[in-house]
Amino acid sequence: MSPAVLTAMQQGLQTCEACGLLSRPAHGADEGHCPRCAEELAFRKPGSLQRTWAFLIAAAVCYIPANMLPVLTTTTAAGAESDTILGGVVLLWSPTGWPLSLIVLIASVMIPIGKIVALVFLLVTVQRGSIKNNEQRIRLYRTVVFIGRWSMVDVFVDTFTAALVQLQPLMAVEPSSGLVFFAAVVVLTMLAAESFDPRLIWDATRSPEISHA
Amino acid sequence: MPDRDKNIPDVPESRTLSRKRTGLSLVWIIPIVAAVIGAWVAVVKVLEEGPTITIRLRSAEGLEAGKTKIHYNGVDVGSVTSIRLTEDHKGVIATVAMVPKTEAFLVEDTKFWVVSPRISGANVTGLGTLISGAYIGMEIGKSANKKRAFEALAIPPVVTGDLPGRFFILKSADLGSLDNGTPIYFRHLQVGQIASYELDKDGRGVTLKVFVNAPYDQYVTPGTRFWHASGIDLSLTATGVSLQTQSVLSMMVGGLAFETPAIGPALPPADPETVFTLYANRTEAFRPPPKNPQTYLLVFNQSVRGLEPGAPVEFRGIPVGQVEDVRAEADTKNFTFSILVTISVDPLRLGVKVSGPGAGSAEQTAVHRQMVDALVSHGLRAQLRTGNLVTGALYVALDLFPEAPPFKVDWSTQPVRIATVPGKFEGIDATVASIVKKLDQVPYQEIGEDLRKTLADVDQTLGSARRTMDHADTLIAPDAALDQELTNTLREMRQAAQGLRLLSDYLERHPEALLRGKKEDSK
Repeated sequence: MSPAVLTAMQQGLQTCEACGLLSRPAHGADEGHCPRCAEELAFRKPGSLQRTWAFLIAAAVCYIPANMLPVLTTTTAAGAESDTILGGVVLLWSPTGWPLSLIVLIASVMIPIGKIVALVFLLVTVQRGSIKNNEQRIRLYRTVVFIGRWSMVDVFVDTFTAALVQLQPLMAVEPSSGLVFFAAVVVLTMLAAESFDPRLIWDATRSPEISHA
Repeated sequence: MPDRDKNIPDVPESRTLSRKRTGLSLVWIIPIVAAVIGAWVAVVKVLEEGPTITIRLRSAEGLEAGKTKIHYNGVDVGSVTSIRLTEDHKGVIATVAMVPKTEAFLVEDTKFWVVSPRISGANVTGLGTLISGAYIGMEIGKSANKKRAFEALAIPPVVTGDLPGRFFILKSADLGSLDNGTPIYFRHLQVGQIASYELDKDGRGVTLKVFVNAPYDQYVTPGTRFWHASGIDLSLTATGVSLQTQSVLSMMVGGLAFETPAIGPALPPADPETVFTLYANRTEAFRPPPKNPQTYLLVFNQSVRGLEPGAPVEFRGIPVGQVEDVRAEADTKNFTFSILVTISVDPLRLGVKVSGPGAGSAEQTAVHRQMVDALVSHGLRAQLRTGNLVTGALYVALDLFPEAPPFKVDWSTQPVRIATVPGKFEGIDATVASIVKKLDQVPYQEIGEDLRKTLADVDQTLGSARRTMDHADTLIAPDAALDQELTNTLREMRQAAQGLRLLSDYLERHPEALLRGKKEDSK
């Protein structure tokens, strides 16, 4: 490994994220447009931390109604019944059905909150200028980004169920308001992960020696 | 920056940015919007939170926390959130979360009950709950006082909601075969049903609450009579057999019927909750009610076997009242028993017109006493008569017996006593009894034994007589010695008689011969 870590920012250079052209900001400015493809250029994602915080807070706010409000309303001959996500977990929890219950618990309750917690952790460490466990942190970030798109599965399952189970008047399933908030949580955490600039993790590493410690 | 430029000289310069970035990103609108929506949802949720009530039930059979709903007219107005036992373990308490804006329904006389399939007589209800499971029915009360803790009804009410019609109260001696939901008929149309029934507090009767649907409720007037239409009413009268039924269903499950007597003025419909008497049958229902019953006391010395309370009191065949009470009274001094029979009589039914002011006034009482005095002085007496030869049922007959010993009505006692005369059959009874008693004293056994002995003697006597006769027969046979001797004897007796005649002739002529003896025939 070369002891000297050279970063584009240190060299006053910017990469275009769209066409990959390396360019130099105009004199006296930090940002500009790519001379080749006119993409906006910056040394780091502009306002990354701020935007990530904003999305995260919004996601955390939506997380509460997503779990409090029913996500699914089942109408049968016995009457209408609304179930929250946690209610579904409890409903599925039985000596034989517990693995299914566990899947729902992990996928729908723990992963969204886990994503929020992970991103908050990344933000806090970056803002504090932490230089420890950089590899773990970037791995955490990649995991969050990877999982992000799959969280939407819950919403899809709900909407599919609602579309398929329409056996009026015997039985009908309809999505409820909680589902909107749940979808918002998923989208907002994805946006938050997207806004976060992982390069910030490494920016704190002023000296290359420490980064390899 | 100059050092950067010289290290990598061939890097193009980016174009300058047209706008300047502000310090605070617009992205913060998103969490604000999210927070606002979240807060709004929370506020709506809190506002939508309906009242929580508790319902005490006898058993939670069929109920399930989180599933069982409260229905009012088919609308879901709440759901059971939890079920727990009461502290004394004798019932269960269901906590119910009502939907918003139901506070006005939760008043003192609001009723709850568990709806489950019920099959009772004529009614099959709650069939829907076979599939959906039990739910809690609700009837909204009219009270203004709010209430949160309720007691569920043991039996679902038959009539719920604002069904047009009217409730009436019926008083009956017993329930018979009636039940909740038992139909009520008016001219054989089913027009209502029994809504509820309960035993009177003193246990002396049953109070029924009946519901007559509109528009039939207008036919219930204060003069309407209700009666048991259960089963078959078979009556045997002088005109023949009369059979009355309402319908096959009412024969099976019982029923009530009502009718308003055609005679009399047309009355306005009765007020709701009007109290009526429930009669045992139609005949009884249409028997005119006593207008001004008077109570009298009758004292009998004979057996009153067959005289029941309720037995009629008749005046020459016209029912004028009934027997109220029959009891014995012992006189310990003389050791005599008398039977006191209390009767109630409606003097109006005797055909006596009591004019003047309303019933019960002093003037009318005086008129009434005068009338009774006059009747008694003309021989009005009470008598026990056999009403039914088969059952021996007695009734009290009032009639005029001019030859009866005089009696003065004593108005100071209460109830007033009216003299009695022995019954028609009572007199015959006594005569027959005395004859029977005398007959009873005849020593039939001794007579029989004597007779037997006598007969044996007679038998013997006859035997010896026969022998004697036989003997005599032989003696008097024509060739018997006796016959000849008798002939000889008779001959000799004739000769003797001849001799006596000679003697008497001689003595007639010669009386001295008795002294001197027979003169030698000197001549």
